Amino acid sequence: MAYSDKVIDHFKNPRNVGTLDKDSNTVGTGLVGAPECGDVMRLQIEVDETTKKIKEAKFKTFGCGSAIASSSLATEWLKGKTLDEAAAIDNMEIVEELALPPVKIHCSVLAEDAIKSAIEDYRKKNQADS
Amino acid sequence: MSAKKIYLDNAATTPCDPRVVQEMLPWFYDHPGNAASRNHPFGWEAEDAVDHARNQIADLIAVDPKEIIFTSGATESDNLALKGVFEMYQRKGNHIITLKTEHKAVLDSCKKIEKMGGEVTYLDVDRDGLVNLDELRNAIKDNTILVSVMWANNETGVIQPMKEIGEICAEKGVLLMSDATQAVGKIPVHPKEVGVHLMAFTAHKMYGPKGVGALFVNRKKPRVKVTAQMDGGGHERGMRSGTMNVPGIVGFGKAAEIAHKEMEQDARHVGRLRDKLEQALENSLEEVYFNGSKVSRLPNITNLSFKHVEGEGLMMTFNQEIALSSGSACTSASLEPSYVLIALGLGDDLAHSSLRFSLGRFTTEEEIDYAIEAISKGVNHMRDLSPIWEMYKEGIDLDSVEWAEH
Repeated sequence: MAYSDKVIDHFKNPRNVGTLDKDSNTVGTGLVGAPECGDVMRLQIEVDETTKKIKEAKFKTFGCGSAIASSSLATEWLKGKTLDEAAAIDNMEIVEELALPPVKIHCSVLAEDAIKSAIEDYRKKNQADS
Repeated sequence: MSAKKIYLDNAATTPCDPRVVQEMLPWFYDHPGNAASRNHPFGWEAEDAVDHARNQIADLIAVDPKEIIFTSGATESDNLALKGVFEMYQRKGNHIITLKTEHKAVLDSCKKIEKMGGEVTYLDVDRDGLVNLDELRNAIKDNTILVSVMWANNETGVIQPMKEIGEICAEKGVLLMSDATQAVGKIPVHPKEVGVHLMAFTAHKMYGPKGVGALFVNRKKPRVKVTAQMDGGGHERGMRSGTMNVPGIVGFGKAAEIAHKEMEQDARHVGRLRDKLEQALENSLEEVYFNGSKVSRLPNITNLSFKHVEGEGLMMTFNQEIALSSGSACTSASLEPSYVLIALGLGDDLAHSSLRFSLGRFTTEEEIDYAIEAISKGVNHMRDLSPIWEMYKEGIDLDSVEWAEH
């Protein structure tokens, strides 16, 4: 199976690889997937307290090239978005952008889950003031 | 990026040896005969060529040439042996015993046999991938007609104790079949010496062409017969109809002759490079796990797991230059990781993290040196990207994490 150029680009030059302080109140962390399934994604967002927009996004992914590309692309899209805008990202947008074949659609679903899970974590931490 | 391509997937298929190709060429045009044409020289010379190849192959595995049935490949040979025995020996019983680590051609044939009213026992293997001989002995019942055990495994290279298995089958009076696709041409394989009655193998794993294989069928003591699975002209003693693939068979014969002559040299060559590759990766990287048996195995295959790195992703770091296989699910249409590695007791995570390296006659030291470097680099790259590697490094017990399985 051949990968699309965009998947190869994200795989070779992954954007925003790294770790944010998961204990910080301004950071939301989503950890989805399982090692047994061959995919684990950790996606983190840092929210600007004044603008309430995502100012930083980082990821680390254990998985195939499509899983890495899906999470790398997600971090690019998240920056500058409000939480509601981020939550509206649909996995099919990732599928289209990366031209993922049907067997790799689960990678995009995992990326969407990771985004939603990171937002949920942030919201939980900031329930009192949001 | 290097422009060269390094082929370390010889267990999938080998390149055709140029000496084999040379031998085959005249049989496409200069000698076009059908080996079954009995009344003109074109047919006679084709038949002679097939007979010569049959002798070359019989010499390699120390059997009578009449005991070689040509087929299209090992998958067909496996199907013919299993289904053919099941149909031929129905009156004696309907029970077949095999291993969970067999090739799909055997397992899926067994599944079909179950649908046809047969009963199949799939035995476990131990951590090294070896059959438990007591379990095998105990599994044989009054209605058992056949035991089918692969000579050497395609994913791990693990060699089963065929002599001991042969003794058990002889003692119990059941037939023994072996898929020896990976073993023939790589190590001495002499089915008659160890009591194997049927044996499947193929040309394209031993530097011959694709599309031609063989089934050894024991002719005397016992005289084994299989019911043909294709109807037609009654070629190959009525067991396999269809026009002989003369150029393919000629190539198969030449490949067998070369393998026979050069087996020791080939084994020394790939064994040395395989050991070098294995040791270098185990020394330069943390958390490398060896899968299979270090004692009973083929010289050309090694299967390693790189913990917390997903196999397909890892391959993508070097697959423009290096070809090999992964036990990870993602390389196939199914999402299940290698059932062979799971049968060895590996967790799904380590199975997803595995690579199979299979070397061959044409693998060079320079290629191995390049592969060692590229794979070490790839593993480190993937670990930098891996959240579970980071967690492992922080001392988090990954088994205690509640994963959101999907």
